[in-house]
Amino acid sequence: MNRQIITRVSSVHREGEGMTTLRFAFERSISSGQFLMVWVPGVDEVPMSASYVYGEKGITVKEVGEATRALSRLRPGDLIGVRGPYGHGFELLPGQTLIVGGGSGMASLLTAADSIYDPEKLDILIGARTSNELIFLERAKLLSKGVHLSTDDGSKGQKGTVVEMASEHLAKKSYDTVLGCGPEKMLRALLDVCDKAGVPCQLSLERYMKCGTGLCGSCAIDGLRVCADGPVFPGDVLRRLPEFGSCKRDECGRRIKL
Amino acid sequence: MNSLKVSFAGLTLSNPTMLASGMMGETSGSLLRVAEAGAGAVVTKSIGSEPRPGYPNPTLVELEEGYINAMGLPNPGIVAFEEEMSAAHSCPVPIIGSIFASSAKEFSHLAERMQSYGASAIELNLSCPHAKGYGMEVGVDPEAVGAIVAAVKSKCKIPVFSKLTPNTHRLLEVGRAVQEAGGDAIVAINTLRGMSISIEARRPVLSNKGGGLSGPAVKAVGIRCVYDLSAILEIPIIGVGGVEDWRDAVEYIMAGASAVQIGSGIGRRGLGVFREITEGMTLFMGENGFASVKDMMGVAHE
Repeated sequence: MNRQIITRVSSVHREGEGMTTLRFAFERSISSGQFLMVWVPGVDEVPMSASYVYGEKGITVKEVGEATRALSRLRPGDLIGVRGPYGHGFELLPGQTLIVGGGSGMASLLTAADSIYDPEKLDILIGARTSNELIFLERAKLLSKGVHLSTDDGSKGQKGTVVEMASEHLAKKSYDTVLGCGPEKMLRALLDVCDKAGVPCQLSLERYMKCGTGLCGSCAIDGLRVCADGPVFPGDVLRRLPEFGSCKRDECGRRIKL
Repeated sequence: MNSLKVSFAGLTLSNPTMLASGMMGETSGSLLRVAEAGAGAVVTKSIGSEPRPGYPNPTLVELEEGYINAMGLPNPGIVAFEEEMSAAHSCPVPIIGSIFASSAKEFSHLAERMQSYGASAIELNLSCPHAKGYGMEVGVDPEAVGAIVAAVKSKCKIPVFSKLTPNTHRLLEVGRAVQEAGGDAIVAINTLRGMSISIEARRPVLSNKGGGLSGPAVKAVGIRCVYDLSAILEIPIIGVGGVEDWRDAVEYIMAGASAVQIGSGIGRRGLGVFREITEGMTLFMGENGFASVKDMMGVAHE
């Protein structure tokens, strides 16, 4: 059962420009890559990937609209409703893993890093448009000996996209799995890079969602439901979806270009 | 070898399970996926004249025995829906176009469009319990329902189903009005009016406050409605409300249903629910000497 649990925010952490982590007690177990439906009473309910799945659970909110602004402004002690966890998360496999995250996409990826918990077997590439959007650097360094940064504007780390950096890493080292999360255009490019390198990948997608449970169909991508069949999909599934990286649905269900 | 094939209201289905409206039926990809999962027919999300975003979240509450939802009839509008119907033309099972409107004229217009898009039948949403001016607000009045059905029938060659609300003491009168107006079948039931309040937050959880209750919580109500309707009507009845295993499906059929629709069961059991039901029914029919679904239909009345 995924019934809503009312809980209180226990702590609030500013991560970067417009990004905030909320920690709260939530007693159900969550797999890395799964998401929660988080309700701010009187405002809205939004899907949020779990950014902490061990100990006290957490979400990391990027301020993009009214609901995320309300979440970002919560203080310790404030009430939230949490239902879930929903969806299929990352399937963690033995061997060498490369994590590739763009912006707030790092949130769900670091739960996979927590679960792998082997700094020798994991490299983490963190990318963003600019330095103050890079998040979880210190947390990543505790989980991996190979943490590398990139920014589009070169303000920190390597200048360029995180996908370009992933391509270089895949060329010089042998990996068994790539895990990715970030804007869909970035994921589309990452899928091509992984295909070229012949390394299987799992990518976490984001869509407008209403029910979160696979019923309403508002998050459909070519017949798959991001909430129930995803949000993490294997690359070979995504490759067959014409809508991946090209279009999504608005709240009326109309197809719109990405 | 028994067969699950059913024929009613001019349609033939390879098995009596159908996707209920409102579930996944907003896009061509989803409709095709449900057909592949084994549904004998699929019903689209209810489509109206204009694009509608529906209500803000929360739009769904999960309960132990079902859901309460108030989606608010989100849909891309009849014009944009042509693209979805056209992309779904390869669908191996009948697609039933669900429509909602506030007048007989608007219903007729939408039905004509749905027919021109290639729908095998129309389902009139006369029963959504949470959208102002639509659904059960028009569906509890036998005269209004009769006028809508007659108007749509005069414009459509394809069968016209009417989905009714249990939130009325006049259900049987509404059912009779559908039959007298030439309606081809009845779909019963839509959700029951319900609400969930968070005692900690001290407010209703749904943004719309009230919503429609579905799932196992409403099955007994649905069975009773189908039983009572089938006792007085000649036209076929499609049972819906809390169907999530083969026993539920058989129960509706024994109550008098020609087929069943599945909605909440998809969320609670997954898309495998269609095959689980048809496989279970096949076994049950074999063990109990039923050669066809029709042989089981309405036996509870005998």
